[in-house]
Amino acid sequence: MLENYFPILLFIFVGLAIGVLPIALGRIVAPSRPDNEKNSPYECGFEAFEDARMKFDVRYYLVAILFILFDLEIAFLFPWAVVLKDIGMFGYLSMMLFLGILVVGFIYEWMKGALEWE
Amino acid sequence: MHVGLSHYLILGSLLFALSVVGIFLNRKNVIILLMAIELMLLAVNTNFIAFSHYLGNPTGQIFVFFILTVAAAESAIGLAILVLLFRNLKTINVDDMDVLKG
Amino acid sequence: MNILSDIYTALPEFFVLCMAMLILIVDLFLDDTQRYLTYALTQLTLLGAAVMTAVAHSNAVGYAFSGLFVDDAMAHTLKLMIYLSTSVVLVYSRTYIALRGMFRGEFFVLILFAMLGMMVMVSGQNFLTLYMGLELLSLCLYSLVALDRENARATEAAMKYFVLGALASGMLLYGMSMLYGMTGSLDLTQVSAAIMGGELNHPVLILGLVFVVAGLAFKLGAVPFQMWLPDVYHGAPTAVTLFIGSVTKLAAFAFVMRLLIQGLQILAHDWQGMLIIMAVLSIIIGNVAAIAQTNLKRMLAYSTISHVGFLLFGFFSGTMNGFVSSMFYIVAYVLMTLGGFGIILLLSREGFEAEELDDLRGLNVRSPWYAFIMLLLMFSMAGVPPTVGFYAKFAVMQAALQAGHVGLVVFAVLMAVVGAFYYLRIVKLMYFDEPLDAAPIQPPLDMALLLSANGLAVLAFGLLPERLMGVCATAILHSIQ
Repeated sequence: MLENYFPILLFIFVGLAIGVLPIALGRIVAPSRPDNEKNSPYECGFEAFEDARMKFDVRYYLVAILFILFDLEIAFLFPWAVVLKDIGMFGYLSMMLFLGILVVGFIYEWMKGALEWE
Repeated sequence: MHVGLSHYLILGSLLFALSVVGIFLNRKNVIILLMAIELMLLAVNTNFIAFSHYLGNPTGQIFVFFILTVAAAESAIGLAILVLLFRNLKTINVDDMDVLKG
Repeated sequence: MNILSDIYTALPEFFVLCMAMLILIVDLFLDDTQRYLTYALTQLTLLGAAVMTAVAHSNAVGYAFSGLFVDDAMAHTLKLMIYLSTSVVLVYSRTYIALRGMFRGEFFVLILFAMLGMMVMVSGQNFLTLYMGLELLSLCLYSLVALDRENARATEAAMKYFVLGALASGMLLYGMSMLYGMTGSLDLTQVSAAIMGGELNHPVLILGLVFVVAGLAFKLGAVPFQMWLPDVYHGAPTAVTLFIGSVTKLAAFAFVMRLLIQGLQILAHDWQGMLIIMAVLSIIIGNVAAIAQTNLKRMLAYSTISHVGFLLFGFFSGTMNGFVSSMFYIVAYVLMTLGGFGIILLLSREGFEAEELDDLRGLNVRSPWYAFIMLLLMFSMAGVPPTVGFYAKFAVMQAALQAGHVGLVVFAVLMAVVGAFYYLRIVKLMYFDEPLDAAPIQPPLDMALLLSANGLAVLAFGLLPERLMGVCATAILHSIQ
């Protein structure tokens, strides 16, 4: 019975090796001769004019988060539209229900002022 | 060379293993954790699509759509918690999350 | 397509969904003095859903949405328990969240959506529905933990919960993808039939199974996947801990039943070994680590881990009797946890959390009645007769004995004795130590009544367990073939 678990053991080792090997190889094999020029941040050919780790306005996050949500939910619309003729009323109503739920979410974020920039 | 089901499965398992290692070895940045989680779900998606294609059975692909959207919702919540974390702790370093222990 | 009959089968779910959205919108137009309306609407939703589920109750098994959704006695029973315990959670936490600026529409809407996720999990008959329910629940829980935005500890707990929860979901999905690839279906019945009938590649099936079990263990909080549990229990606002610690376990029970028993029982020989290891480790780690805790919430978290170990005893015994006693155990556990965190909520007040063990010192002097309730709860958690906790432990041990696991049962009983130490320490603190603060305990009337009823129920179900056992037996026997 125990030999059934052998693939899992193998799996764990292969997984570990895949994770660790590239990092280790990079450290060992790659030549490391840093100089001032190599360590400086690269910005399309001209001198970097500010620190690359500049702070983003937190509001970007909010917009990005809301964008991801509404953007990917739309992924359902494409396959739905393609087969709309075959799935009939049931399919149509299901999508309307789904969109209705999205609209409720949209009303909520609008009323909460999440779409205002200032 | 013929690319068959097992190649996709190996790719899926490698991606999965990478993401698990990424979650456990990463001591630097919470954003990398979020990326590893996303990678993990993509590995699962690879599996589902490969199986679905080779079985000639579309349910796997439907599952992938749901996983994709859930992953989006998940990363949205993850990012929201991340912003809170940065506001409260002024850092997103994994090692700095050590108030709770015991 | 018969849409109406599908919707009728899932009517409570649709009702909760519509009400949650309604409350989300209505709450936008309320100001802080009218917020009690949101609370009332939420309780009303629970009541309405309970009526719908109770009216539809029968022992027949019904399917909806092309077999994605199942409606059987187990689903009904667990859903009714979920409504009831959610309602209790809301009553207990009302004052607490009001004092901490969390008495907002979001709290209630998130609770309702989390509950919807649990209802879907309980009725899931397909990997897809099970996963969607689980994610709906988890995503709401992550946000609930982080709801107190100024609280750095809660935010940290939320982040840990999020990362490890997502990892667990990923493992579960990976396992599901393997099972799907081998059986060609996401439907539990068809998966089960394919494994039974086909000449399938056994090692790959086992690989899938291992990942599914690991994902389940993560969600349940069984060792070695328990690391998130103490941090989340400790860091989250107590009202949220109460919810995570109690209600969600009912859904987790159903989740294990659906996946492992309904879907993968043919592989029972393979998953039993894993469950045994996890059960033994959970009981050891849970009981030993709990002794070292000074924080009550953390101690209860480790106590949960050991309870999960006992719960697994019913599962790996693999008999109907075992599943029935597991269900009894989980109901008893929910009852005890509601009461235990209820007492923490009772003692906390503005700017004071009452979550250290020392805060229980001399509770008998401050309020003999609540000290007595806490005494009952602690006895029940320790498994002292005649409380419900004793009977629950007795039932799972009996099931495991019948399945021939004598050594494991002896071991578990010994560990339960070790565990009794830290529960009885609390009793000692309450009755034999001097109180550190003398603030009066004045809960609102509904909470006082409910908490008293909760404590007495622990005793009542311990004295007369047959009724509850009968309910569990009916639920399981009419749902699992």
